[in-house]
Amino acid sequence: MSTELIAWPRAPESSVPFVERLHGWVTTVDHKRLGLMYILYAMVFLLIGGIEALIMRIQLAVPHNNFVSPQVFNRLFTMHGTTMIFFVIMPLVFGFANYLVPLMIGARDMAFPRLNAFSFWLTAFGGILLYFSWLGANGLYGAGNAPDVGWFAYAPLTSRTFSVGHSTDYWTLSLLVSGFGSIGAAINIIATTLCLRSPGMTLGKMPLFAWLNLVMAGLVILAISPLSAAQIMLVIDRYLGGHFFDTQAGGSAVIWMHFFWVFGHPEVYVLVLPAFGIASEIIPVFSRKAIFGYPIMVAATVAIGFISMSVWAHHMFTVGMSSNANTFFVLSTMAIAVPTGIKIFNWLATMWGGKIEFKAPMLFCTAFLFQFLIAGLTGIMQGAAPFDWHLANSYFVIAHFHYVIVGGILFTFFAAFYYWFPKVTGRMYNETLAKLHFWLFFIGFHLTFDFMHIPGLLGMPRRIYTYEPGRGWETWNLIVTIGVVFQALGILVFIVNLLWSYFKGKTAGNDPWDAWTLEWSTSSPPPAYNFAVTPSVKSRRPLWDLKHPEDPDWRYE
Amino acid sequence: MQDVYSSKRMLRPALKVLSTLFCLSTTSVADSPTFSSPTNIFAPASTPAHSIFGLNLFVLAITGAIFVTVFSLLAYAVVKFRKRADDDGREPAQVYGSNQVEVAWTVIPILIVVVLFMATARVIAYVQMAMPENAMQVVAVGHQFWWEYRYPGANVVTANELHVPVSDPAHPTPTFIKLLSADTDHSFWVPRLAGKTDLIPNRTNTTWIDPQQVGLYLGQCAQYCGTQHAKMLLRVYVQSRSDFDRWIQEQSQPAHVSDTASEGRRIFESIGCMNCHAVAGTAADGRFGPDLTHLMSRDTIASGIAPNTHEKLRQWIQDPSTLKPGARMPAMGLDEPELNAVTAYVETLR
Repeated sequence: MSTELIAWPRAPESSVPFVERLHGWVTTVDHKRLGLMYILYAMVFLLIGGIEALIMRIQLAVPHNNFVSPQVFNRLFTMHGTTMIFFVIMPLVFGFANYLVPLMIGARDMAFPRLNAFSFWLTAFGGILLYFSWLGANGLYGAGNAPDVGWFAYAPLTSRTFSVGHSTDYWTLSLLVSGFGSIGAAINIIATTLCLRSPGMTLGKMPLFAWLNLVMAGLVILAISPLSAAQIMLVIDRYLGGHFFDTQAGGSAVIWMHFFWVFGHPEVYVLVLPAFGIASEIIPVFSRKAIFGYPIMVAATVAIGFISMSVWAHHMFTVGMSSNANTFFVLSTMAIAVPTGIKIFNWLATMWGGKIEFKAPMLFCTAFLFQFLIAGLTGIMQGAAPFDWHLANSYFVIAHFHYVIVGGILFTFFAAFYYWFPKVTGRMYNETLAKLHFWLFFIGFHLTFDFMHIPGLLGMPRRIYTYEPGRGWETWNLIVTIGVVFQALGILVFIVNLLWSYFKGKTAGNDPWDAWTLEWSTSSPPPAYNFAVTPSVKSRRPLWDLKHPEDPDWRYE
Repeated sequence: MQDVYSSKRMLRPALKVLSTLFCLSTTSVADSPTFSSPTNIFAPASTPAHSIFGLNLFVLAITGAIFVTVFSLLAYAVVKFRKRADDDGREPAQVYGSNQVEVAWTVIPILIVVVLFMATARVIAYVQMAMPENAMQVVAVGHQFWWEYRYPGANVVTANELHVPVSDPAHPTPTFIKLLSADTDHSFWVPRLAGKTDLIPNRTNTTWIDPQQVGLYLGQCAQYCGTQHAKMLLRVYVQSRSDFDRWIQEQSQPAHVSDTASEGRRIFESIGCMNCHAVAGTAADGRFGPDLTHLMSRDTIASGIAPNTHEKLRQWIQDPSTLKPGARMPAMGLDEPELNAVTAYVETLR
């Protein structure tokens, strides 16, 4: 492997005219630039989706509130859900995979650089199309409307009878377009990890982050395809006289649910597997130990990938499936807890006996472990179908999946931001601000999502723009809303930190964490070609071998 | 080996105590005033809700025990293995894995899953397959944004307020509800009586309840169904057998139409009200909106969102969107005398 670092002589950025720099970014096929563009794009939508959530929480702070109309509220929760899943977490996933996978496996770029750029721009235009609905959805004459059918858009609410105008079409087409982008990105990740690993890096020596993204990409292809098919069927229903989901003409509303959730549940794992990958990189480095049980971590990932394809109808325990079908989906759902549990235990065992340093990335990862544990356990409660006959579509479910997506996934992505910030920018973030961000967001998260479970247990359904007093829901909803303020402050500190550190941060050096994977062996930020000499590796931790020639990993693997 | 064995023996009673405590805390929490709610899922009052409640406690005990165990391990690791200030700067011992340990934390979760699965499967089979015999049949039809109830045996059609007889455990009189939808998806959820079941167009679903105490049970639509999903409330009146029989008897009569409100009736039957509303015994036989034959026997209007008072009724007839923006009933543009006449007419429908 390469020990020499060659600094690439670069013209200072400021001397290049702005238009030329912009042109460089727009036409780029470089995986690092595309990765950063995915991430920036996700950040913009994170702010938009967050503001939508804030408005909803103000409306729900007290019963019979009139902050927004029911029509606006229904658009807000549809846009919030669609935005956060498809235009925040998905781009974050692809952004980090894009930036890091080639660096981690010692490759020059992704396997198909131009497909990579094409995929990014499809995703980007998908999001823009969705938001253009605020202006254009009523056609040429009206003021316009955003979609208001909910992020899983159950039939027949999406039929032309119940959804007049074009708001549903904007939702359908934007997901179709960005879905194709996701499939392109997934093909690219699969090809890259399978074909471009550096010499010596067998699949059994590939970093876990790359492994988890490989499985994630496989799931994207399996999951996005039925979603895209369903969107096309919906367009046929709405404009070409089809009757797939048209219940008035003998179509089936339940078929839409199956199509949506056979996408929707693997999608959860599409989002969470890369988060597992991040945790599997950061926890070992900050515990100063090798990951515990690498082979079983890979096996558990692949098992999750397979099982996740067979659990979708646990979203449908209340639609009147037969008791046999319900029982099957209880079993498959609970089965997935086993490989997931293995992962949690292995991370714990990695920390066990280590020397844990609680820098910001590790703080976020530790909170992830704690929160993901709870999210998994509330998931088991809902996996028990009769329990779910109460919990489904209640605020308990909202609390549960925000525990997964915010407490699990977003927390690890914050960890990833801080962990790889020095690599990407060449500068160190501000640790004090990062810890302030952590504590504000941690407190806000728990105020909001811990207390959100309770109204669900007390019978409060989701997607209601207001609620009746006297049901025991008022106190809890007020606390939930207060938590949002802390979260918003946390995000603000996060953005200030990123901006300040980008311009004023201390120079970080190539390997500030004394880490072990290949991306830390090149300069920060990495040159366009990544590695001056193609690295060759002998173990899962090539930089450990380099730093400890007396006790290299390859002796034990 | 001896150590491991004894620690296991100590663990088992500890777990037992833990799960008992957890059960106790959930039940006492459910009874405490902060959690008092007419829609609390932990206050079951009907057999399906009871069997779900039993399973809930079991699942909570097991997940609670797992949480305490894993959280303690995590907390221990965070406190014990943090880097000390006087660290010698050497890397800790590198451990790559352990087959025995990994087999243990694969097999134990599998066993837990098997136990949870079997307990769950039993309740599914009980609630879904043990549909009671000799049950009273009711048809519930979900509409945007209200509930229609039909009693096929008794020729009764009503709206938004479901009446059922109380079920004595010694002589159960359960109610079997057939769930249909006239438009989009809805969900029938009265937490104290049963779990929720969706109402889906072009599909027949069923649920059953056998409430054991007289009283009013609340709930609301639990599947997003459009603009006013939030104000599609459920009210179930559980009555003694004799009260229920009297109610059925009254509801099965045609409307009692008095001459005092003939002007209101004329307007009602000429401007389009009757296209959507039915009043049995008159020309009005619309099916799109709630049946008004015995409107004044109900406590609430507009699917439970307002009390059935003169003022609210009048406001509703004048412009439903002031109470429920997005409701399907249009404002008919009545002037003052017309509004008073129509209000007076519907107020005669007892």
